[in-house]
Amino acid sequence: MELPVINKASAEAPKGGCSAGSCGSTDDQMSHLPEHIRQKVFNHPCYSEEAHHYFARMHVAVAPACNIQCNYCNRKYDCANESRPGVVSEVLKPVQAVKKVLAVAATIPQMSVLGIAGPGDPLANPERTFETFRMLSEQAPDIKLCVSTNGLSLPEQVEELAKYNIDHVTITINCVDPDVGAQIYPWIFWRNKRIKGREAAEILIEQQQKGLEMLVAKGILVKVNSVMIPGVNDKHLEEVSKIVKAKGAFLHNVMPLISEAEHGTFYGLTGQRGPTNEELQALQDACEGDMNMMRHCRQCRADAVGLLGEDRGAEFTLDKIESMDIDYPEAMKMRAEVHAAINEELESKRLAREAKVQLVSIQGTKTKEGARPVLMAVATKGGGIINEHFGHAGEFLIYEASSSGVRFIGHRKTIPYCEGGDTCGDGESALDKTLRVLVGCEVVLCSKVGYEPWGPLEAAGIQPNGEHAMEPIEDAVTAVYEEMRVAGKLAPNPPEQQKVA
Amino acid sequence: MALEIIESCTSCWACEPLCPSKAIYEAKPHFLIDASKCTECAGDFEDPQCATICPIEGAILNEDGVPLNPPGSLTGITLQKLAA
Ligand code: SF4
Ligand code: SF4
Ligand code: SF4
Repeated sequence: MELPVINKASAEAPKGGCSAGSCGSTDDQMSHLPEHIRQKVFNHPCYSEEAHHYFARMHVAVAPACNIQCNYCNRKYDCANESRPGVVSEVLKPVQAVKKVLAVAATIPQMSVLGIAGPGDPLANPERTFETFRMLSEQAPDIKLCVSTNGLSLPEQVEELAKYNIDHVTITINCVDPDVGAQIYPWIFWRNKRIKGREAAEILIEQQQKGLEMLVAKGILVKVNSVMIPGVNDKHLEEVSKIVKAKGAFLHNVMPLISEAEHGTFYGLTGQRGPTNEELQALQDACEGDMNMMRHCRQCRADAVGLLGEDRGAEFTLDKIESMDIDYPEAMKMRAEVHAAINEELESKRLAREAKVQLVSIQGTKTKEGARPVLMAVATKGGGIINEHFGHAGEFLIYEASSSGVRFIGHRKTIPYCEGGDTCGDGESALDKTLRVLVGCEVVLCSKVGYEPWGPLEAAGIQPNGEHAMEPIEDAVTAVYEEMRVAGKLAPNPPEQQKVA
Repeated sequence: MALEIIESCTSCWACEPLCPSKAIYEAKPHFLIDASKCTECAGDFEDPQCATICPIEGAILNEDGVPLNPPGSLTGITLQKLAA
């Protein structure tokens, strides 16, 4: 049996499943978009689930000031809406930022995107942000530029944004209801005054929505980020998703609240918890409809450099850049060659996939009737293949196999079991944590799995599988799903899975 | 007539560009106000701009040494809670 990989909508595919237009890492999730949008995002590692294996991005922190307060943010750290808090990024002057971008783009030819996000709000620092963009659009015109904002001063900046190579803007929209907003934003700085409570939320929401509409009208792509805060906006985000989609946002990214107490945020100090993996996934599914959801976002640091999931920022500190000797025109030529080769590879993969999908739709689905969907976790270092040892995995990619195909669901972080285990005496071993992270999965695919974790995995109802090492993920997931079907393990009711507390 | 920034300032940069008197400057370990330049925004704005955007309670004091954003006024987190 061949499964159609990803979400080519076939007539019998249920809505909200693989027809929803956002599946995983093999098909590009942009397949349902108009061609002009596809062209803009196909090589954007943050937007295209497939591109992120091939193209690199970097962020520079040039905009430290902010004009609102979010309850999930502590200004000592990075802007928590875009960045993993806890490590302060190096705030650069625009000239330094440009120098860094050029150095990185020369060293990592896969670089395709430069983003300005936190710490702070880039549009609350228009001089620094726009000076950086202006210089880059002149000196590295092949690099795409993007910017993230809380939206408060977005409407007044849209004109200026449209002048540069900016075709993507991310707005963090956590609510469309001021009563919900009042629980997320204690105050805003608006027209030289501090405004608090519901009134503040009302203004912020209005500005965000206006900004979104103006960008869409200008043909600038808009992605919406939302931070999922259980008990505050978790129910409300479905509504947000509908509205922003109706207004033309092309992607909605629901991210989990990060609220460790040591970050000193309001939520951290008041014990507001973040969502569990399962809650996040359920909300992403609910928001999905036929809207794109972003599943592979890593909430990376504001000064992250390189491919998603690897940070090479340490190679490009200011002193190191200073001593680098860079031939910019040569670097741009090299980038063009590298990008062309990647595009060719992506294109041929896409064609191969389409051929496969057609084949499947001819075969029909009769034999698969009654087969229930199965979640599988995959350990991978990237490149779309199973190439990571179970014990070394710092995260697992989660795939869902069903009769309508294989789709990417998301990633779940863990602590590499090999580095933790018996050495970490915090009461819960790293293996226990991994088991908890894998709850809901019935199979874990990895290049290798040791004898020791095998028993506990099986006991938790998760079948370890090292037989598909170095195979493409979707092929392996498909094969395992088929094995399960043949073995009669896909009866409509899933086997009782032992919950790992 | 001048405000003062004290050590709880996190150097977040929010106040600096807003000062109509160019009295605020980046310094180590935290931002400072040049008392000879600060006008408390009189004649420019109703509220002192630095204290109006500053996210850190207690970081900016008036000339009597009283915080313009007393504990709990911005976040609702009390000092006891912070200390706990
Ligand atoms: S917009 Fe970003 S920097 Fe500003 S308060 Fe919110 S999370 Fe922090
Ligand atoms: S009170 Fe006004 S003039 Fe004085 S430092 Fe603050 S912003 Fe500048
Ligand atoms: S706004 Fe407050 S915390 Fe930020 S730099 Fe100014 S005084 Fe310091």
